[in-house]
Order: sequence, then C-alpha cells, then structure tokens
Amino acid sequence: MTQHQVVEYDVVVIGAGGAGLRAAIEAATKGASVGLICKSLLGKAHTVMAEGGVAAALANVDDRDSWKVHFADTMRGGHYLNAWRMAELHAQEAPERVRELEGWGALMDRTPDGLINQRNFGGHAYPRLAHVGDRTGLEMIRTLQDHGIHEGIDVHMEVTVSKLLMDGGRCAGALAYDRELGRFKAFRAKAVVMATGGIGRAFLVTSNSWEYTGDGHALAYHVGAELVDMEFVQFHPTGMVWPPSVRGILVTEGVRGEGGILKNSEGRRFMFEDIPPLYKESTADTPEEGWRYVVGDREARRPPELLTRDHVARKIVKEVQEGRGSPHGGAFLDIAWIKEHIKDSEDHIKKKLPSMYHQFKELAGIDITKEPMEVGPTTHYAMGGIRVDPDSQMSTTVPGLFAAGECAAGLHGANRLGGNSLSDLLVFGKRAGEYAAEFAAGNTPVHLQDEQIDLAVQEALSPLERDPGADVGPYRLQYELQHLMQDKAGIAREESGLAEALDELQELKTRAQAMGAGGSREYNPGWHTTLDLQSLLTVAEAVVMASQARKESRGAHSRLDYLDKDPEWGTVNLVLKKGHDGEMELRREVIPEIPEELQKIIEEQG
Amino acid sequence: MKTTTFKVWQGNSDGGELKTYEIEVDQGYVVLDAIHRIQAEQANDLAVRWNCKAGKCGSCSAEVNGSPKLMCMTRVDELPADQPITVEPMRTFPIVKDLVTDVSWNYEVKASIKRFSPKTADHGDGSWDMDQYDVERPQEFRKCIECFLCQDVCHVLRDHQLHDRFAGPRHYVYVANMEMNPIDTGDRVAELREELGIGYCNITKCCTKVCPEGITITDNAIIPLKERVVDQSYDPLARLIKLVKGSGD
Repeated sequence: MTQHQVVEYDVVVIGAGGAGLRAAIEAATKGASVGLICKSLLGKAHTVMAEGGVAAALANVDDRDSWKVHFADTMRGGHYLNAWRMAELHAQEAPERVRELEGWGALMDRTPDGLINQRNFGGHAYPRLAHVGDRTGLEMIRTLQDHGIHEGIDVHMEVTVSKLLMDGGRCAGALAYDRELGRFKAFRAKAVVMATGGIGRAFLVTSNSWEYTGDGHALAYHVGAELVDMEFVQFHPTGMVWPPSVRGILVTEGVRGEGGILKNSEGRRFMFEDIPPLYKESTADTPEEGWRYVVGDREARRPPELLTRDHVARKIVKEVQEGRGSPHGGAFLDIAWIKEHIKDSEDHIKKKLPSMYHQFKELAGIDITKEPMEVGPTTHYAMGGIRVDPDSQMSTTVPGLFAAGECAAGLHGANRLGGNSLSDLLVFGKRAGEYAAEFAAGNTPVHLQDEQIDLAVQEALSPLERDPGADVGPYRLQYELQHLMQDKAGIAREESGLAEALDELQELKTRAQAMGAGGSREYNPGWHTTLDLQSLLTVAEAVVMASQARKESRGAHSRLDYLDKDPEWGTVNLVLKKGHDGEMELRREVIPEIPEELQKIIEEQG
Repeated sequence: MKTTTFKVWQGNSDGGELKTYEIEVDQGYVVLDAIHRIQAEQANDLAVRWNCKAGKCGSCSAEVNGSPKLMCMTRVDELPADQPITVEPMRTFPIVKDLVTDVSWNYEVKASIKRFSPKTADHGDGSWDMDQYDVERPQEFRKCIECFLCQDVCHVLRDHQLHDRFAGPRHYVYVANMEMNPIDTGDRVAELREELGIGYCNITKCCTKVCPEGITITDNAIIPLKERVVDQSYDPLARLIKLVKGSGD
C-alpha cells in the first residue's frame, strides 16, 4: 500500500493558465472551496506567451462591429464546423470579460478617446483585438493571477496530475504528485475543471512550451470523456525558422496586423494569389488598398496577409515547396517596409511590437525595423479537445468533469481565428468555474477508492523502477514521437503516411511502457517526461485517427490525397472515445442544426 | 557545430558541486539549449525550470558565468569562448535541486500586499476612461515577467538575507504598478515603509541592470515610491532641510 495525502475541495481546477485561473476565480466567487493545480509555477503557463490580443466586439475603434459580426467571423474562420452555441456565447460575452479585467488591474493600450484600443487580425472584419503592445497574454495572466491570489484559492505549484479519479461514473478528483519531493496527493473534489491547454509538444516544430503535452485531453479520455475535432491542429503561419535553436518560436500575427507583408525569394507578395472564395469579397485587390485598411480606411478591404491562419500557413509551405522560399525554408515577413508610409517607422515598430523587436534582435541578430524576418509554420494550437456542453462546459459523458480553454473543443471548428483563444479562455473559463461550483453545491460528496489510488501511484512510479539504460531514454523517445507526428500528421497529410503513423505509434507505445527513468523522485524531469509521454501518445493517436478519417481538406486539416473541401464532411464532427476493450473508437456525428436566427446572422454578414 | 565545456552546478540543499560536460553547440544556441542537450544526452534527471524559451515567462533564471540571466535569452556565442561556461542556480533563494531554487517566498510576499482596488467605473458597462499617457507609466512595470533576477542580485536579500523585512525590487515594481494605476484607490505607503521595508534599499541600481525586460526599476519605481513614503511619513520642513543638506535616504 502506497502512501498519499488526501486534500479535499468542492472544485479542483487542473491547469493555471488563463482558463484555469478564470475558472478558479469564478468558482471561488460562487462560494466553492477551490484547489488550483499548476504544472509549473503560478503565472508561467502558456497564456503568458500570447502576443497579439484578445478578440472582443467592443466596437471602440470601429462602431460597425458587434457580437453578431464576431460570431459570423468565428464561424466562417472555423469553416462552419464550430459548435454554434459556443460561438454565440463567446461573441456575446467576450466584451464584458475583457472589460472586467481592467477592474482587476489590467491596463490595455488606449484609443485617443481613452477607451481600450483594438487592432486588426486575420479573419476579423474590424479592428477587434484589445491588446498591450505584443504582450497581451502576460497582461492577462498576471491580472488573473494577482486577482486570484486574493480570492481564497489554494494554489498547488509544480504539481502534476497523473490520473483522474472516479466514483462510479462520476469524476471524483485527481491523483497528482509534487515535483519537489515526488510525494503523491489525492485531490477529492465534487467537480473537476480541466484547463490544461494544448498538445503542441506532440510535434517537432512548435510554439508551445514543455508543458503542452495534452494531459487534459488524455486524462479525460481515459476516464470516458469524448474528444472531438482532433484532426484540426493549427499550424501558425509565422514561427521563427532561424537559427535552429529558436525554430518554432511564435512571431505574432500582430506584425501583419500592423502592416507586415509576406514576400517570397523573388520579392513577390504571393498572398495576393489564390484568395479563397469565402474571402474573395473582403480582400484587397492591391497593396495600396491593403495599406489603407491597415491605417483604418473604412472603405478599404483587408490585405491578404490577414487571411485566416490555415490559408496563410499553406501558402508559405507552397512557396517553399516550389523553390521560392527564404534561405532557411520559410518566407520573408517584412514590417520594415512601412517606412514608405510612416515617418518614424522605427519607433512605431518598437512601440507596437516591442517583444518581437527584442526577440529577433537577441535570438536571431535581426533588426526588424530594418530587415525582414524569416518565418514558417509552427504547431500552435489544438482546435480539438474534450467535448463539452456549450453552456456549462461539462463533459458530454463524464458528470462532474468540466473543461475550458484550449483543452476543450467546439468554439473554433476547423480553424481558430487569432485572438479568439484569449477570449475563449475568459468566457468559458468563467462558465466552467461557475457551473462546476454549481454542480459541487448541488451534488453529494464523492468517495475515493484506495485501490484505484494505489494502482495509479504504482503506475506513476513504475518508470523509476525500470532499467533506464534499456532504450534511448525518455527525451529521445519523445523526440522520435515529435518527428513522426511532424512528418506524417503535420501540415500536409495523406493516407499512406497516416497509416504508417498509426503503426509506429503502437510501437512507440510499447516502448514507452517499458521506458525507465534514472534518478530519484525528487525534481526529476526525466521521470516527468516518461509520464508526459503517456499523454502525448494518446493525443497523437487521436490526431492521427481523426486525420485519417476526414477524407477532405478543410481549415487546418490538409490532405494531399483529398485536396478539396467535401460538402458531405461540412456538417460532421469526428468524435473519439475509449472503447470497452481499451481501443480508441471513432464515430461521425452530425452537427445539430443551427437555429434560424443564427443562420440569418451568418448570411447577413456574408 | 563546435564542442563547448559547461560546468553545471548539481546538488541539493545538503550541498553540491560543479559538474563538467562537453557538448556540441549548434548555431544560435542559448544556454538553455545547452542545458537541454546535457539533460537529454548525459543527465536525464538534471533539474531545471523553463517554459516559454522566448524570454516571456521568466522561469529559467540562473547565474551564467556568475551573472544573473535568463538562460533562454543568453546566447552561447556571446560568452567568452576560451573558458568553460558555468551555470549555477540563483544564490538568493534556497536550493531545491540542481538549477532549481525555492522561490515560494516571492509568492508569499506578493499575497501579503494590499490588493488592487479600483474606483467606481466611469461607464455603465463597467469601463473606465484612461489616457494612453497615464497608462504608460504603470505599463512599464507590468512588463515584469517575475523571473526574480532583481531579487537574486539585490544585496539586501543576497548578502544580508533580510527576507523577513524587505520585499525586494520585484515587489516595489508590483506596488508601483498599482500606485500609479489611474483608477486604483488603494494607499500602500505605510505598508511600504513598515512591512515591505523599502527604506533598506540604498539605490545601488543592481536590480535595474539585470532586468531582462529593461524596466527602470530604481528610477521609475523605487525612487518615486520612496518619495511618497517620505512625503507622507515625515515632517515636510525637516525633509526640506534634509534635502538642502544633500543627505537623502
């Protein structure tokens, strides 16, 4: 029998990025006792890296904006696979969620009238992103953190969850261990909110930090939650490509929002070619019109660099494949060119994009006020995740388990618009916290079973008991997985590669289960990586299976063997669930019919 | 690619030593890349904190060749090539293991500081009017990524270990951000003088020098706060005489 401490709360929130913090704050405000589990130190989660802004139809810069336009933009961006109810709630509630942050200490950039300023971003019809230079995520996480620490929330830092605990069919808490000493804690809770973020670390080139190993997706899946839209992984078009050590680090879309243009090695603005039909009407015909849009001319249409991320990423890949890429296999992103239009362009760029200036100067030796950047796609965001009820964010199949932010799915459909993740985590973080607290108040206490906990503890400890020298080691195995996913389930997919990937994943699974970790239980990243691998392998399998099943190209999912959108797939989500025999099962589910008034909004907005 | 020698401190609260590693260094490598390579190839359980690897989260603070740095923003090719590169944990905080220190004290201090409290909203939708000019001052302080390098280098903490009566530069920056927020109504001056011990700071500006975000900690945060303390706490006439004599605090 292993030893573990039991900690008890009404609501346990797993993950302390924006969604987790917002959920914890809301649950505590509603009177629940709340435990917040962070994989890292508080305030370091991936939200901190969000740059460009948070999307909300405040209409401070362009009064034509409204929740309806934001809703329609989000649906169009998601190729209409979105959970329309989530898109509706999100567009309606985002403005209030953003405004309340200033009451908690946030300070967004202002308009000349003293209101929250908003900037242009891909796929948004009007300037919609509230921001602070290019460090909006830092502003948000710090605001939530500094507010949250006064709300009576218990924060458990550097604690990793290895299993969700169940009481019959109901989620009853989580088993976790603290990194410092490797001690196990069983969290008993009437409601659990999953807010663990994304899965970027399943790929080789990613903007995501080490934490983004799909823990929430995998933990929830293994207790019976459904996953949906897992084939849709967003490859952000602009990651750094050089030098090799920084490959994948994000270059904010804000660069393009501020007038940055993409060029190939021939100096051509290739984005003006192949405009997708859905956006033909709203895209500028000439560079001159595009610039007018950037500086706020209401009659001008968007420059093609501000098309949605899926399209821009594919266009860059195409240029590289056809031999017109930059020296290190990307495209040129040029913001320095705005000196043709703006007198103090150097100061302007440094003011609007300070951390981009800093990042390129320090890490690549490039002065972005003078020279173009080299950029290429980087794995950025999982549209897919835990399938939830749109209003309450509770799992469709596991009572007491809620999910919010990136690890939940539905809002973004086949492709997420920039800025919609920060608003997503505020709107649905709040909702998840609220409904989790309500669920906890309305339901009987749960019971934890010692056998379940003992088994989970043994499982988590087993890598330490195995011979570390038997295979290549946990980091190398993770690297092999990342390589596999990058090559065969990345930005361009096809049947043969996906089928191979499925086989190779099985082999990696077997090896991971036999993987040993050297060292002790105390602050041992190698041991941690063996546990991360289990989550990564689950989400990798989900991505590959769903990608294989969707025989069309739509949004972020591109198939070389099915190049076009297929209307038959336009009304279907792919749902994954663990079968009775432990195998991953996939089914097609038709999206519920959209209510007439929402359909009307989409039609009106073109 | 070239081979470089790293000396990495490894150990725990009972003690430790610098261990030597020879590794291949790729173009553009930062110190954190090197530590990761050592971890992947030679010491799987080497403890190190990191998250974003882009200078935005402030997790990978350490002392590189004796200077407080973010490992992810310190390029190997900018360090002297003719000697080994030493990487040690921050010295001001207790060791957990290897390069990881116990920074929990910082979180406790912050939680003890009087929270932000806004005035009533200017508009019915809960929003406030603020000029860009007015928000820019506190926005500088809000760039802080909580790497705690300023705390690490501050001699009041590093050498004198006055953690029980001195909050350190990070927290003066935090207080300054609230005190200078156009809509905040809180008054933290007495707290600054008493519990937060701002008087112990003698403006050596070491904190400003190490800030990876370039926050002018001493001039823009600490000195204005000290002035508020003096203004509110002491007899204005006596202060004037003091100023004329040129013996500020």
